[in-house]
Amino acid sequence: MPEQLLQFLVTGVTVGAVYALVGLGFALIYNASDVVNFAQGEFVMLGALLAIALLGTGLSLPLAALAAILITVLVGLLLERVAIEPALGAPVVSTIIITIGAAMVLRGAALLLWGKDFHTLPSFSGDAPLNLGGATLLPQSLWVLGVTALLVLLVRAFFNRTLLGKALLACSCNRAAAQLVGINVRVMLRLAYGLSAGLGAVAGILIAPITFSSYDAGVMLGLKGFSAAIVGGIGHPLGAVVGGLLLGVLEALGAGLISSGYKDAIAFLFVLMVLFFEPTGLFGAASAERV
Amino acid sequence: MSSDPEAASVTPLLAVTGLCSGYGPVRAVEQLDLHVMPGERVALVGGNGAGKSTLLHTLSGLHPARAGTIRIAGQDSTRWPAHRIVAAGLCQVPEGRQVFAPLSVEDNLRLGAYSRRDTEGVRRDLEQVYTLFPILAERRQQRAGTLSGGQQQMLAMGRALLGRPRLLLLDEPSMGLAPLLVEEIFRVIVALNEQQGVGILLVEQNARAALAIAARGYVMENGRIVKTAPAAQLLADDAVRRAYLGG
Repeated sequence: MPEQLLQFLVTGVTVGAVYALVGLGFALIYNASDVVNFAQGEFVMLGALLAIALLGTGLSLPLAALAAILITVLVGLLLERVAIEPALGAPVVSTIIITIGAAMVLRGAALLLWGKDFHTLPSFSGDAPLNLGGATLLPQSLWVLGVTALLVLLVRAFFNRTLLGKALLACSCNRAAAQLVGINVRVMLRLAYGLSAGLGAVAGILIAPITFSSYDAGVMLGLKGFSAAIVGGIGHPLGAVVGGLLLGVLEALGAGLISSGYKDAIAFLFVLMVLFFEPTGLFGAASAERV
Repeated sequence: MSSDPEAASVTPLLAVTGLCSGYGPVRAVEQLDLHVMPGERVALVGGNGAGKSTLLHTLSGLHPARAGTIRIAGQDSTRWPAHRIVAAGLCQVPEGRQVFAPLSVEDNLRLGAYSRRDTEGVRRDLEQVYTLFPILAERRQQRAGTLSGGQQQMLAMGRALLGRPRLLLLDEPSMGLAPLLVEEIFRVIVALNEQQGVGILLVEQNARAALAIAARGYVMENGRIVKTAPAAQLLADDAVRRAYLGG
């Protein structure tokens, strides 16, 4: 039994790390514009399917992955330019609805390009499982955890240590004041969408060898990443990571101990419970603001 | 100093002609003319809803002008985006402070210098703001949202100063502050103008205090300038006294 629990934990943390990356993408765009980008899951799907397709053209795996990330970043920038920027100044809700529409367009395009088939990517460094105190650990899990940890640290440093990151935060907490100190809000939006798309693509590529990817893989991953972000306190990068890991582990435990059919239900029930008792998320303390 | 830009050979720092601006059907600013000479201290007074804030938003590029022109040091800036206007030296201290609440005092100030690339100059100006407002130096790591109203006003001013303004636009800096604090804020405004030659356009409902430190004043009503004269003259004007100075 302890081995089994450990196994669930390992599986859960791996999946949770991917949720964390998707959640981080949500946090970035939310921080720049107060908008929840519901096309975030589609960036994940695009990253995975593009990497698989590019690998099929004979590129090496690292090159295919890199190119897939770059193309997804371009898609993110394009989305920002043609759909988000023209709506600058519109209410946040309108922009959120625009992102839902953008998600549908991206899914539709993927359906045309890749059909309804499931695709998969070979593992980065083989499939020989490692033994971890009785639980098996796929080498791919180490890739997921390592890359996620690195990206989380980079995003944190970006917001805490660089003026550019703080300018991004400034845009979300007061757009007019940000403009008055000379921050170009459009540039910040492009930056946020580009980075989020990149993070999403990385998440998709990391998980592609573990799960099957198809044109609609982004729907569930997007929802889980969004859940991770709100559990942690939306806009809080570290919160998104903790939320993602919690969500992943709970899902794995629920699937293993109760029934895999309830996996998603357990995850969303958890989100509801957190929001019921802690409406601003685990890390999102109500912002202290005096007027 | 001559206040008529045509008579003077010096180019005005800010010259507004025939400016119209508004929101939807509301014409908040109508055919407005106004100018500020380099190093000049000008007050713009008017009641609530006169269109003062819309004017400042339009000058800073936060809101588009419908007609008319805005020139900064002779250059037509009417259609410039906000960040370009800041880079040209027109910095605004917005109404209600508008500090970046979750960020630290120091981060707020550093963001004020966002468009500048002269690291050494920014460091000097940061030290200067800390000298000007020692309380900000004490609280440099504190979140801006936890400061008192007066401290937030100082922070908002410091943030604008780090943009190295040639002209500082101040929107109701006295609002909600105790008289003693208002005095201190206004003393700093005068000092900035006298010691560093920063042009000042002070927009205030508190007409008496604003006109007391200004060289020249405009009175704004219903989106238009209804009177302009040396500040001392406006302070003594019967109509102005009745309308804005409480008798």
